[in-house]
This record gives sequence, C-alpha cells and structure tokens, in this order.
Amino acid sequence: MSDQSTGSELSAEGGHGAVPLKDVPTGEGVTPLEPEWPLYEVFVRGKRGLNHVHVGSLHAADDRMALLHARDVYTRRNEGVSIWVVRADAITASSPDEKDPMFAPSGDKVYRHPTFYDIPDNVPHM
Amino acid sequence: MTLTETPTERDLEAGFEATVARNERIEPRDWMPEGYRKTLVRQIAQHAHSEIIGMQPEGNWIGRAPSLRRKAILLAKVQDEAGHGLYLYSAAETLGVSRLELTELLIAGKQKYSSIFNYPTLSYADVGTIGWLVDGAAICNQVPLCRTSYGPYGRAMIRVCKEESFHQRQGYELLATMMRGTEEQRAMVQESVDRFWWPALMMFGPPDDASPNTAQSMAWGIKRHTNDELRQKFVDMSVPQAEALGVTLPDPELRWNEERGHHDFGQPDWDEFMEGVKGNGPCNAQRMAHRRRAHEDGAWVREAATAYAARQRAVSA
Repeated sequence: MSDQSTGSELSAEGGHGAVPLKDVPTGEGVTPLEPEWPLYEVFVRGKRGLNHVHVGSLHAADDRMALLHARDVYTRRNEGVSIWVVRADAITASSPDEKDPMFAPSGDKVYRHPTFYDIPDNVPHM
Repeated sequence: MTLTETPTERDLEAGFEATVARNERIEPRDWMPEGYRKTLVRQIAQHAHSEIIGMQPEGNWIGRAPSLRRKAILLAKVQDEAGHGLYLYSAAETLGVSRLELTELLIAGKQKYSSIFNYPTLSYADVGTIGWLVDGAAICNQVPLCRTSYGPYGRAMIRVCKEESFHQRQGYELLATMMRGTEEQRAMVQESVDRFWWPALMMFGPPDDASPNTAQSMAWGIKRHTNDELRQKFVDMSVPQAEALGVTLPDPELRWNEERGHHDFGQPDWDEFMEGVKGNGPCNAQRMAHRRRAHEDGAWVREAATAYAARQRAVSA
C-alpha cells in the first residue's frame, strides 16, 4: 500500500463500503444557514388488530407532506394500513437519567403479578 | 440531592460499558462517550451519503432500460436507495446533528461516501453486476450491523437488509437472463464482472493489519466482524454463485483451500482504492457535481413548501 497512514484511517464499517472514520468532521449540531423543515416522528399500524408502532422520523414542511413522505419512506412494501405522524417537538418523554426513580413505584410491588400467588395444583383453569 | 449522589463521568461510563457488555442497546438520550457518538455520526452519515450517491450509477440506466419490466424493477431499486439514505439520516439525527448539516458536509467534500460508486456503469449488465456483487458485498457488511450497539442504527439496518435482498436477487436474475441469451450478451456479463469484482472486494476496506480502528469499534459493539473476515465470507459466498451463473471471477489466485475450509484469493489494488478515497477515482467529480446540483436545484422547492406551510397556518389561525 502506497500510503499506510491514510490506509489506517479507513474501515469497512460504512455499511455500503469502506469509508474513512478518522479526521472526518461529525458536524457541530449547529443550525444550518437554510431553515430546515420540522422533524416528524412516524408510527405505523402493521395490520388491523395491532398498535401503531414507532418506525422512524422524517422532515416535512407540514402535516400533510409528512404523511405522504411517511408513506413513501416507510411503507413501500405493504408495511402498514395506517400511519400517524407527529411533530417531534410535541412529544414529552421521560428522562433516561430518571430511570430508577421514575419506575421505582412498580419495582417493589410483586403482588401485582399473577405468579405472586400460590394456587394448589389440583385447582384447574387458573 | 447531595453531591455524592450525582453520577460522575466514571459512573456514567461504567453504566454505558455494562449496557454494551450485556449486549443491550444504547438509545438516543442515554449518556455515551463522545468518541462513541462521533464514530457513530461519521459511520452512519457516510453510510447515508453512500446510499444517496449510490442512486447515480444505476439511475444512469433508467431511461434506457431494455423493457418495461426491467425499468419498473430498476426504478423501485433506485427509490429504495433513497429510502435507505433517509432511514440512515434519521438515525444520525438522533445523535444531535441535522440532515442538512450532514448534506452540506458531503457537498463540501468533508464527509465521504463509498468508493464503489465512483466506478462508471458502462452497460446494462452493470445493473445486474451491481445488484449481485456490490449489493451482495453490502449485505455482508450490513447484516452484522443489525445487531450493532446503537439502537436506531440497528433498527435502520434491519429495514435496509430486508430490501437489500431484493436488490441482490434482481441483479442475479438479470445476469442469469443475459447468460441464457446470445454470445454477445454473455460477453457483456463477463466483461462487467471483470470490472466490478476487484472494486467489490475493496468495499470491505483495507486488510485488518492496516485498520487499527476496528478494535475500538468492536469493543463498543458498533462493529461485529473485521474487514478481512467479511471479505472472506463474501468470496466464499460468491464463488458457487459465479459457477452457477457460468462466469469466471478474474483472480488467478482464487482456489479452494481444504485446510482452511475457505477460498484463497488475491489482494485488490489498494493504490487504486486510495486514489478513489482521495477523490481521484473515475467518476468522483461527476458524482459530487451531480449531488451538488440536485441540492441547489431543489432549493426553490424546499423554500416554496416552507412558504406554503406558513401561509396555510396563517389562514387557519
């Protein structure tokens, strides 16, 4: 190899072929000059009888465009019968830092589970 | 809360490492080491760029497809590549960068895309060869990434892999159809395979002894196999496929090694590979110019849609 130093900065983990991973800027998280369309989260109902499930996100200028883009990006192969889109900034989420205190109330209540109760083996259908 | 209860950086890092060690996924709002985040952004962004630039070599043939059936298949395939790019940009955005910022880094030439897309597509057989070998190589890289430690990336890869299987099979079927055709068509297939075999092997990146990054990425669970492991797997898979097709793979060193239980094979021209990465491949300038033009030509559409949305909001308010 003619250039060992550059060669050492390359890896195949680009998925579609080797790309350099060192000395490549990652972006600063700064707002670009051109205003970007808002981010929407997309939920798809796979078939009747199932809940809508989060499948990803996309950018769109408005709600209707978000629905059409969601159809084209996330349901090209009959993946869904119904789509919800919601502006990402309209979602309120629990904080991962509060994981323990947030879910602590359910942690010590084993009596909420059916397996907490001993039922004799000769009792059927329970 | 007292000071002692605030988790220190070391506590957070221990928690992160324990999650990765348990083979559980890291999710967007979890604490993560800055190096992990940056490695992921580079990897996912450049993977996304590869999908988007990857529309060009095959898009070249949509208007000249030999039949309506082939045209519909090729359109669907190129549309999938756009979709793959969008899934991946969406995963990258969960790491605190915007898609537009990443697009600007690509157009400025600061972030890269896979060198495989810098080779020209000279005949319709190339559409088949790209599906068979290039997408076949991508599948080898991408299937392990479905279990990558970063949740949004793994989920995007699961969707990509499902669709990639269609890409590979349509390509192989196209070549098989041509191989049943005239002598001239068989020669076109062989010529195309001769051109793409070595670049396909290069897709796995330089040999392991020249890729020290792999160790860190494997420890973080971002990567699951080394470049050489994946390349070997690809060669072993491709040899019987080539035989069934009736083409010769252009490597005089290629032979079965009973002892290793794998095929031995020659090394690609890594100087050619490095030239491509530096921007001196056959089509680098053309691909970048096309991408830049598409972005700039689309600016008025993005502006008009934004203005329309603002007006609709004002009317309904």
